[in-house]
Amino acid sequence: MTFSSRPAKYWRFWLTGLGSSLLIAGGLSSFASSHPDGLNRVALDHGFDQQAAVHPPSHRLPFYHWFDGYALRPVPTPLATPLAGIVGTLVTFSLAWGVGKITVKPDPAALEAPGSEPPP
Amino acid sequence: MIFTALLPSLPRLASPWLAMHIPDGFLNLPVSLVCWGLAIALVALALNRVKATYKDRAVPLMGVCAAFIFAAQMINFPIPGGTSGHLLGGTLAGVLLGPWAGTLVMTVVFMVQALLFQDGGLTVLGANIFNMGLVGTFGGYYLYKALRSALGFQSWRAMAIATAITAWTSVVVGALFCALELALSGTVPLVVALTAMLVWHLMIGVGEALISLLAVSYIWRTRPGLIFDPPAVAAPRYFPYRS
Repeated sequence: MTFSSRPAKYWRFWLTGLGSSLLIAGGLSSFASSHPDGLNRVALDHGFDQQAAVHPPSHRLPFYHWFDGYALRPVPTPLATPLAGIVGTLVTFSLAWGVGKITVKPDPAALEAPGSEPPP
Repeated sequence: MIFTALLPSLPRLASPWLAMHIPDGFLNLPVSLVCWGLAIALVALALNRVKATYKDRAVPLMGVCAAFIFAAQMINFPIPGGTSGHLLGGTLAGVLLGPWAGTLVMTVVFMVQALLFQDGGLTVLGANIFNMGLVGTFGGYYLYKALRSALGFQSWRAMAIATAITAWTSVVVGALFCALELALSGTVPLVVALTAMLVWHLMIGVGEALISLLAVSYIWRTRPGLIFDPPAVAAPRYFPYRS
């Protein structure tokens, strides 16, 4: 099995994927519909929207100083949501990659001596 | 309070919460705890299965898949009746990565949303992970697999049809679970919750089906070997990453 050309292709794949996600979060998010979404609409229609906690536990986290929902606080309005989207996309990407890196065991084919790793 | 006074002047993308994300206060303690229990059990199972059966090459797709689902969840699309919806992504993650890694990806997305952006309550995070993630990654994946088997496992057309139907179904079923949890918590009567949630999510599901299909068909055309169960015709020169 030859894997020689693989690393370069992987780079291109995940750079394209991450790049388009950043474009969506940074570019398209300003055009998102501001209508209430499914559950929100149901809550409004049936009068239980007021049951949502006014001071939920997440407001006590340090991140609340930086983000008001999907809006980065210290920047001007038009940039707040796109920047929050970009930060969120990068954080999500890194965390998911990290979780994968920690849990998935290394590919034996990528090691120096293929087949040297006995199956557990 | 200053915060409340400022509220109307703050530009809000939509509302304090988006789509099916349940905020703190909608579910009572027993319901929240049961959902937490289910979510933790399935995520722990997923961690074990990923450790045991996945290979290295799944890792970049996990990152990209999570980033895309996070980004796409920000884009609310309008549906008729002055409401909006957005991608949930559970089925997409399940189809691309299989139920196990797909589950980990969805869990990361909802954790980032709840911790960083106050989208979806922390006390009900288990419920949100279950409704919008696990229903799609597990229920969705096995329904998708059954449909593909019925339609011809090795054809792309079968895979595409199965993806679209499953994506739609996972949104509707997720909405039903959400309605059930709201009713069990005494927030709203069951019949009201079921009908109201169903009306909107029957339509939101169509958006889910279209976006999932687009994303899967893009990956199938560019990197078919990364898909969990690719059709055999996709690309014989790639090796599936599952052992």
